[in-house]
Parts: sequence; structure tokens; C-alpha cells
Amino acid sequence: MKIIILGAGRVGESVAESLVSEQNDITIVDTDIGKLMQMQDRLDLRCVAGNATHPSVLRDAGAEDADMLIAVTAFDETNLVACKLAAKLFNVPMRIARVRSTEFQDMPELTGAGGFEAQTVICPEQTVVDTIEKLVEFPEALQVLEFADGRANLIAVRAYAGGPLVQQPIGEMRKQLPNVDARVVAVYRNDRALACEAATVIQPGDEVFCLAASENIRAVMTELRRMDKPVKRVMIAGGGNIGLRLAKKLDGHYNLKVLERDKRRCEYLAGQLSSQTLVLQADATDEDLLTDENVNECDLFLALTSDDEDNIMACLLAKRLGARRTVAIINRRSYAELMQGSGIDIAIAPSQSTIGELLKHVRRGDIVAVHSLRRGAAEAIEAIAHGDTSNSKVVGKRIDEIDLPKGAMIGAIVRGMPAESTDDTSADLARAKVLAAHHDTVIEPEDHVIVFCENKRIISKVEKLFQVSVAFL
Amino acid sequence: MRTLFPVLRVLGLTVVLFGLTMLAPLLLAWIGNDAAQKAYDEAILITMLSGAAMWFAARRYKRELQPRDGFLLVSLSWTVIPAFATLPLLFYFYQAGQPLSFTDAYFETVSGLTTTGATVLTGLEKLPPSINLWRHLLVWLGGMGILVLAVAILPLLGVGGSQIYKAETPGPMKESKLTPRIAETAKGLYAVYVGITVACVLLYKWAGMNWFDAFCHAFSTMGLGGFSTYDASFAAFADRPWVDVVAVIFMVLASVNFAMHFLAWRRKSLMPYWYCPEARFVLLALIGSALFISLYLLDRGVYADWTAALRYGVFNTISIATTTGFANTDYEQWPIFAPVLMIFLSCFATSSGSTGGGIKMIRALVLLQQAGRELSRALHPKQINPVRIGRDAVDNKVVFAIMAFMLMYGMTVIVATFLLLLSGLDEKSAFTAVMASINNMGPGLGKVGPASNYQGLTDFQTWVCTASMLLGRLELFTLLVLFTPAFWRK
Repeated sequence: MKIIILGAGRVGESVAESLVSEQNDITIVDTDIGKLMQMQDRLDLRCVAGNATHPSVLRDAGAEDADMLIAVTAFDETNLVACKLAAKLFNVPMRIARVRSTEFQDMPELTGAGGFEAQTVICPEQTVVDTIEKLVEFPEALQVLEFADGRANLIAVRAYAGGPLVQQPIGEMRKQLPNVDARVVAVYRNDRALACEAATVIQPGDEVFCLAASENIRAVMTELRRMDKPVKRVMIAGGGNIGLRLAKKLDGHYNLKVLERDKRRCEYLAGQLSSQTLVLQADATDEDLLTDENVNECDLFLALTSDDEDNIMACLLAKRLGARRTVAIINRRSYAELMQGSGIDIAIAPSQSTIGELLKHVRRGDIVAVHSLRRGAAEAIEAIAHGDTSNSKVVGKRIDEIDLPKGAMIGAIVRGMPAESTDDTSADLARAKVLAAHHDTVIEPEDHVIVFCENKRIISKVEKLFQVSVAFL
Repeated sequence: MRTLFPVLRVLGLTVVLFGLTMLAPLLLAWIGNDAAQKAYDEAILITMLSGAAMWFAARRYKRELQPRDGFLLVSLSWTVIPAFATLPLLFYFYQAGQPLSFTDAYFETVSGLTTTGATVLTGLEKLPPSINLWRHLLVWLGGMGILVLAVAILPLLGVGGSQIYKAETPGPMKESKLTPRIAETAKGLYAVYVGITVACVLLYKWAGMNWFDAFCHAFSTMGLGGFSTYDASFAAFADRPWVDVVAVIFMVLASVNFAMHFLAWRRKSLMPYWYCPEARFVLLALIGSALFISLYLLDRGVYADWTAALRYGVFNTISIATTTGFANTDYEQWPIFAPVLMIFLSCFATSSGSTGGGIKMIRALVLLQQAGRELSRALHPKQINPVRIGRDAVDNKVVFAIMAFMLMYGMTVIVATFLLLLSGLDEKSAFTAVMASINNMGPGLGKVGPASNYQGLTDFQTWVCTASMLLGRLELFTLLVLFTPAFWRK
């Protein structure tokens, strides 16, 4: 696939990095030549220096025969205008724009067809906020990812001694939870994947990935660890873009404190949030202040500034002062790997949350959702099984008959999902059924199949499985 | 040593790949049933087995190549591969009862791969055709680069591929890629190279060569090498003037950056040549000096009529200026101004990214602008006046790198000339032999002039020329960086 990426910032770089390894022709456009040269040395891609809203620059980048344009510069205006140009002048078939401002977000008539012509609008900040919101709801989980519009969830949990399933083989789960249809899809011990069979024994400290319907999340988690008290007191360090969005969501439902260094920003925050929320003008790494504000009573400490080091130090400090659980945004991958499991309970890499949204469009076959896991090493894919028994490699087959590559596992099937573009989906959605995949489950046409891929090498094989053979077309 | 293994792995594969190219002369030897038939089996066997052994020893050390590895790999390839290339020559001459020394054979193959075209062999027309094909094939492979071929064909080089590409391709600015993936760039360049070569073969045939000569000379022309299947070089075709015309056209084509050919072919337009900052200056320099020398020859009465002056003046000037080294007359008999000017031109008159050697036009343009910039700054001390190439400003880092290159180039020429003088060569032969070697041009003047060849040199002198050819082809830095202590420090 020929892909043009506009913007070599954090998002652009991580997008390029994860796409370039999959035999895509990547061209990246930015105004900073130094940054571009550095990327070109490190990755097998082409760089074009220039303003992404200039037609000549886009032409140099090969827009004429590009398959996809991903506009992820820091400026909404640039991204939207570039999409418009790509549609109007170059007929680029797929156009994705990053839009940070909430003003444009829910206006498809403005950003989409007839407007700026971006088929998909992504907002990395919003994705990160969604991720964190899930963690506030389920503080025991490391990660909660949605499939099938939220009907099914992939949960990552660290197993602790005391959970009924810990020290037991995975096969026990069905006996212990006879009414819950869930399936363990992967177990990682010391960062290495274990073969996930019925006989595999879960040890304390293992990272367990489990697929279940959304109503069963809690039931599954109680299998693996003692449940904590629900979250009541939340402290957010950093009232930037992400901090404010999250604070708005949590405002009123939790006992919330927001720390922000800049005075004028604090005044703005206070104006945006209700009076129940406490906005404090302070440095998140100020020990005295954290003690004064009872960080030891706090259930969840979220460090969401744009500075990795500040986030790490604030979390470590908060943890030492007694915060129950800490979450930090860490952009640099090497830091994230260093910090996971130390004083910081969860390290969130914004780039990883965003990448799934984009991968969905890169993958072949009818792919509805892609989530990048374990810092890009693994991936979970939701694909629709089209066709019938004669031309599909999956439809009408039992799961143990499907020729899945090693390391891939079908975790769940969502049946009866409403087709896209119907208006009243909420009622239909409730009717959709989530089935855990067993070896004798038979896949029916239009099922949404959720596949967990242990490594990226096998993804192309999984894609091929879900492609309908040519005879169908 | 551990750092050496990942490089060794790729080198092994490249050597195996190179061994495969020996199948071409083997096939010809079989078909023609010539005297060198028995020289290839063992050569191929030894080459392939050595390559496989290198790969096998290092197969576990699989990782992305870093810039440092790129330099090492390219330098090693360019020294090791000519050694394997000598095998068919050594075996043939041994079997023929007149053994060739390794020094001479290595000189011959390095001269081929670096597209120099200087030879130590005489009686070329009496050599078996397959041996001649092998010599010319080396020029052709070396022209675009044996490692660029490896990058194009072997799928496993990834990012490492661009490091290799950068270290091997001539020119000061190698950041602009033609296609996003380096393997595609390498494939595109080779496709263009093959395409133009085929056209060249057909036109040579049409102009009156036989098929074998057409192939050999097309290889030699496109690589801007200068090997010929005749001792007399192009004087052997004196009765077929169209051959000279075809040669001139394709020498000029090959001295233009192949990226421009690629873009012109891709976009089906001639505009890339116009926008290329070098092409027009290369053409101007070549055509201008060729006409000037023809007029000069006419004026001095070397040739009585203008057609002869034009034919010999243009052909030899273009041939030497593009660093090819064909000759259709003994131009050393001309007044000394002409051959010296031609040798001087060979330093500058080819593009970066072409198959030619020397300093390259783009460096000359940058330096001229830098000189102009200093003059202008003397008048307007506050002026901001970047060096421009085409429409783009050139980073000062590049300008400094080019000045350093020029200094090293000058020093290398001086050191090598002194070494040759020390060994007892006369000053004219010594200086021109060094210039001809480092510019990958071929014939010099005096003892190494167009009418004779490098056979008369002592072993020591031959090695100095061999080293100069390699330094010139790899543009000094790639090779010299290996001799800095910092390169080997952990």
C-alpha cells in the first residue's frame, strides 16, 4: 500500500514505524528537515520537506498514486486542508485526518464528504481519554479494549495470588463460571507469551488477556484477582488537552482534584469544570502539596502532562506517599517499558492507542476494529466473515477446522451485529450476542470474529483468511 | 569480531550472488566451445562455496545494518569481490601456459569493477570470447554497483539497504530517495540501466559491430568503463564511423544521473533533465569542450578537414571527460594542451549518481558557488546567501563535507603520485596514471598512454594504481573511514 503521512511528530512517527515494517511504501511529509533526515536514517521510508497544504509538496510526496493519506500534523487546519486537497486534486481513495479540537469533532458534514473530505477523523487525545476512562471504571484492569461497538471487550489483567483461577489451569474457568462465556486468549509471563491451552496454569504476576461480553468483565476479573474498592477519589496532574477532556468526563461522578502549573490555564479549567472539582495551581512533583491534598487517600493518581519525566516522577512520588494506583502517560517507548510494573501501575503510550484506529484501514478484508497491544508487538483484530461456505475460508467451519496460523487465536464471535449505516443501532446492538469461541463453534456468515495475534508476522495470514475468494466478486 | 559477523552474513550472500554472474561467461564458453571452458567451473565453485561458508558462519547474527556496518560491508565487498573475479582469469591463463600474476589479475578485475577500464592484458582480440565477456560484465556490474544489485534482489536488507546504498552510490547528497522503499529504488535504477544498455547493444549492432562486440562494448560504454575487445580500442572500427556516434551518445547518457533517467521514464517527460541541477552543466561541459578541442585540432592543423577533426576531437574528448577511456586514435600525438585538458575534464564532467568517476559536477558547482559567496560577502558582510543547487539551498554541512572531500582528493593524488615517482616512474606517466586511476578513467599519458597500457608497471606501481581506483570509486570516505581508530573503537 502506498501511504503518505503528514507530520513527523509523535503520532506520525509511531504510525510510520508500525506501518513501515509491513511492506508498505511510506512517504512522510514535514517542515522540519532535521527530524525527517533522522527518520529516514532509521526507517525504510521516503521523506519530503515542505508545507503539507501545498499541492506541489503533496505531488512530490506521490499523492497522485497514493492509496491513503494520513494527516497527523499538530494543526487541525493543516490536516483538514490536506485531506481536501488530496480528495480534490489527487483522488486519494482513503483520507484520514487528526482533529484535536472538540469544535469540529462531531460534525461529519464539515469534516467528511462535501466538507473537508476526510473519511475518518481521529483524535489521539480522545482515544487516550477513552482508554483512561475505562481504567477508572475498572481499576483492576491493565487495559480494556472494545470490540463490536462495545459489546465485547478484551481485558488485560495481572493475576494476583488469591484469585480463584490463579494457580489453576485455564480450563478450570468454565467450571468456575458456568454461566459466563469468556475465553483467555493469551498469557504473558515475564514478557513472554505462553502457549494458551486448557492445561496452561496461570501463575501470580502473569498478564492475562481475556475476551468477554461487556457485562461479564467484572466476573472475569474476580477470577484472577481480589477486587478493589470502586474508585472514588481521583487526582489528575496536568490540565492540558487530555487532562481537561478527562476531567470533564469524570466531573461530578468522582471526587476530583486537578493539578496544573500554569495560573491562567487553571482559571480556564476552573471555568470549564463544576465547582465540585478542585482545581489547584501547583506542581505535580511538589511533595508538600501532594501530602497536604491527601494523596495517600487517593484511589487513582493520573499523571497526564505532556512531559514524560514529570509524569514518571509525579507517579513515583504519589505512589510513595500512598496513592493506591497510579497511571502515567509515557510517550517514549523505552521509558514505558522501563516503568511498567514499578511504582507506576499502568503506563499509557498515546501513540499505541491511536494506531489501532489507523490500522483498521490498512488491513485487508472487512476489518471493523484493530487494537495494537503490548507496545505494537501483538494485535487484536475484529473481522467480519463474509461470503458463504463455497468461497470463504472461515464461514460454515468449526473453529478447529479453520487453518489459523500458529500464534493466532479466535477469542470470541459476535453474532447478529446490525449492519453499518442503520440509524437506530442501539436497540439492535443489545440483541447482538457475544459467544466465546470453543473448538466446536461454527462460524456463520456476517459474524464478527475477534482474533488475537501474538505477533505481527502472522497478521497477513489472518487477513487472507477473511478475504472472500475472487469467485465471490 | 562480533561486530563483523552481521556484515559477513550479507557479504557471504553478495558473494554467492556474484558467483551466479559467472554463469554468463560459462554459458558463452560452452556455446562457443572456446579455450576458457575449463576456467569457470572451479571459479564458480570456489566463489559460491566461500560465500556460502561466510554466510553459514555468520547466519545467527541477523540484525539491521547500522551506518558503520554499511561502510564496512561496502569496503569489504569492493576488495573481496574483485579477488573472486580474478579466478576465471587466473585459471585460464594458467591453463594456457602463460600464468598471470595475482597482482595483474586483481588490477584487471578492480579496473573492471570500478569502471576504470585500464588493462594489463595485450592481444585482447586473441583472448577467448568468454574471458572478454567476463571483463566487460565486470564493468557493467560495477557501474551501477554490485551492492545496489544485492539491495535490489535480496529482500533481507531492509533499512540496512539504505546504508549500503548510501555508502556505495557516488555523490555528495544521497538523501533523496526515488521511491519510499530502498529496494524499489535499487530495482528501478537497475531497470533503467538494463533498458538503456539493451538500446545501446542494438544500436551498436546496427552501426556495424557483430553481436559479441556490441554486447561487450555496450557493457563497457554504459558502465563508463573503457574496456574493449581490441587492443586498438575503437580504432578497430575506423571504417564504421556510426559506431563512434553511437558510443558518444551513450557515453553522454551514462554520465547523467540515473535517477533522472528513472524519473523521465516514470513521468514520460523530459522535464526531469531540465530540473536536474547537474545535467545541463554536464552537457554544456561535454559538448562545449568537445567542440572546442575539435576546433583547436583543426586550427593546429592536426587534421586537415573538419569532419576528421570533429570525429576524433569529439569522440576522444567525450570518452576521456566522461571517464570512459575509449580511444579511436592515439590522442597523445596531439598538442599537449588537448590531452591535459581532457584529463582535467574527467575530474568534473560526470554527474553524481551516474556510472562515471571523478569529483562529480555537483561538487564543482557547490564549490564555485561557495567561492562566489565569499566574494559577495566581502562586499556585503551582512548578506545571508546560501549555496543553491537547483531550487534548493544546500546545508553548510554539505559544503564543508565537499571541501573536506576536495582536500582528501588532492592529498590522495599527491601521495599516490609521490609513491609512483619514488618507485621510478617518470613524472608525466606517474601523475596521469594516478589521475586516470582515481577518476576511474583508464588511459593516462606516457608509459600508460592510449597507445600502450599498464602492463609495463612494476608490481608496486600496479598496487598503487589499484588502490587509487578503489578510493576513487568509493569516493574516499567510505574506504578511508575504516582506517580511523574511532571506527574500530567500541
